[in-house]
Amino acid sequence: MYLCIQIEQSCMKKYVLTMKVTENLRLHTNYCLLKLTIEEDLPDMLPGQFVNILVEGSAKTFLRRPISIHYVDRKKNELWLLIQLIGDGTRQLAKSRPGDYMNIMLPLGNSFSMPEINGSQQPVLLIGGGVGIAPMLYLGTKLKETGIEPNFLLGVRSAEDLVQLDEFGKTGTVYITTEDGSMGEQGYVTDHSVLREIRFNKIYTCGPKPMMVAIARYATAQAIDCEVSLENTMACGIGACLCCVEKTDQGNVCVCTEGPVFNINKLTWLN
Amino acid sequence: MAELKVTIGNLELKNPVMTASGTFGYGTEYTDFINIERLGGIFVKGTTAEPREGNNYPRLAETPSGMLNAVGLQNKGADYFVEKIYPEIKGYNTHMIVNVSGSSIESYVECAEKIAQLDKIPAIELNISCPNVKEGGMAFGVTCHGAAEVVRAVRKVYPKVLIVKLSPNVTDISEIARAVEAEGADSVSLINTLLGMAIHAESRKPVLSTITGGLSGPAVKPIALRMVWQTYKAVKIPIIGLGGISDWRDAVEFMLAGATAIQVGTYNFIDPTASVKIIDGLNEYCDRNGFSSVHELTGALL
Repeated sequence: MYLCIQIEQSCMKKYVLTMKVTENLRLHTNYCLLKLTIEEDLPDMLPGQFVNILVEGSAKTFLRRPISIHYVDRKKNELWLLIQLIGDGTRQLAKSRPGDYMNIMLPLGNSFSMPEINGSQQPVLLIGGGVGIAPMLYLGTKLKETGIEPNFLLGVRSAEDLVQLDEFGKTGTVYITTEDGSMGEQGYVTDHSVLREIRFNKIYTCGPKPMMVAIARYATAQAIDCEVSLENTMACGIGACLCCVEKTDQGNVCVCTEGPVFNINKLTWLN
Repeated sequence: MAELKVTIGNLELKNPVMTASGTFGYGTEYTDFINIERLGGIFVKGTTAEPREGNNYPRLAETPSGMLNAVGLQNKGADYFVEKIYPEIKGYNTHMIVNVSGSSIESYVECAEKIAQLDKIPAIELNISCPNVKEGGMAFGVTCHGAAEVVRAVRKVYPKVLIVKLSPNVTDISEIARAVEAEGADSVSLINTLLGMAIHAESRKPVLSTITGGLSGPAVKPIALRMVWQTYKAVKIPIIGLGGISDWRDAVEFMLAGATAIQVGTYNFIDPTASVKIIDGLNEYCDRNGFSSVHELTGALL
């Protein structure tokens, strides 16, 4: 049987909300954690979905910035966004202060699918690389709520690049790789020994494309069901501009509406 | 409350604010954000006789106050539109206008003939100005001869309101406008995107898969405004102005320059509610300045 939290995304109403910044934590030189709220209850949001934020006050930034949903704190009615400072747009977002308002479209895109539960529960692995760790926290939380203990495998360049470790630790078992060996196992996520020690039933991943391709290749070879979250550049976030397309077995489809989550058997990466 | 109705040929619009092809899907993508029935019309995604996969990713480059796109007319073709999309959108109480594209005279004619059969599609916008397809598209729109040839052929098979979307990538857009007017076009819409390019300094590679793409957004507004003004002096048919419109003030400016109606394009991506805000803003502008009808603004530049 399938878990009932799989809501049909196409039925989910999308909103343009004016959200108030409650907190902006600079976790690292290149990462900030934004917490945002509204007066009313936050709309339903699924793990893997994203928001599209209007950037104000940056002369070179015109388009909204699509950002993964990192976590939804229902008790505090807060949306958490983990933002990597990459260009002018994200740097401008990182300058916001508590009390500032942001114009945000949400919830956008599809979601990760919950694993099938068939008697003996098998482990699932959530692999995040760089800022790709962002959607894994909310996904892990949702898995845990349904009785599935999440295993996180987080890959970063160096120990100092690992953010939100406490939050991941509270939610599930955490495995780490660093490229310089300063924490966890040295190497890439696909090198981690846990992949040899545990037979995972399902892998979810988000991160740089070379990492996701390597994971897709591994999962395919091992016959493990695998979903990846893509971050193709986009303008509208709602399937109107047709800019963010990815080649699939159905031809070019919009990552913002048919994705951002795809089962790797739909993609053409390994062909 | 000013009178907001305007007419394009024999097509009456409830107000002059419409949305541009390729920026508003089939309208249904925006129903969570606005009541699309408030719009004067919706120009739906470019449709071709045969399905098109479009260009490879990447198709988008952000620019200051705008963007370059290289979508390349991705669509499922005229038959799919007729069978699958039309039934979904025909019930909306606004004008659904199909943007018709092609790669040869025959393919424009074939697509226009199929769309002509649809009762609830009162007009087509003939796209002779797409810069993102190799064959056809803009090739027809950059010479008077080419533009006239397509319009003549489509006019023979399309009896309803025929709007021709013009390319700004020409020396004198008003000459092209005159050429299509002479062939029986009911209206011209301008401008389509300007041919542009983006390069990654670090990788030394082009950003777009097609190297060049079409520039749109507020960055192109002054050019579009100038072209509407030039065209207004050259033709008698109504002009639909577009190019970088983001608020009611822009819409007023286009009308003063000579537009009878306007389209909101790229800014739908930034503010999905922009189009209905413009309707409200136009109405308030008319009231505040003593215009009893929005139509009085057309060409009212002092």
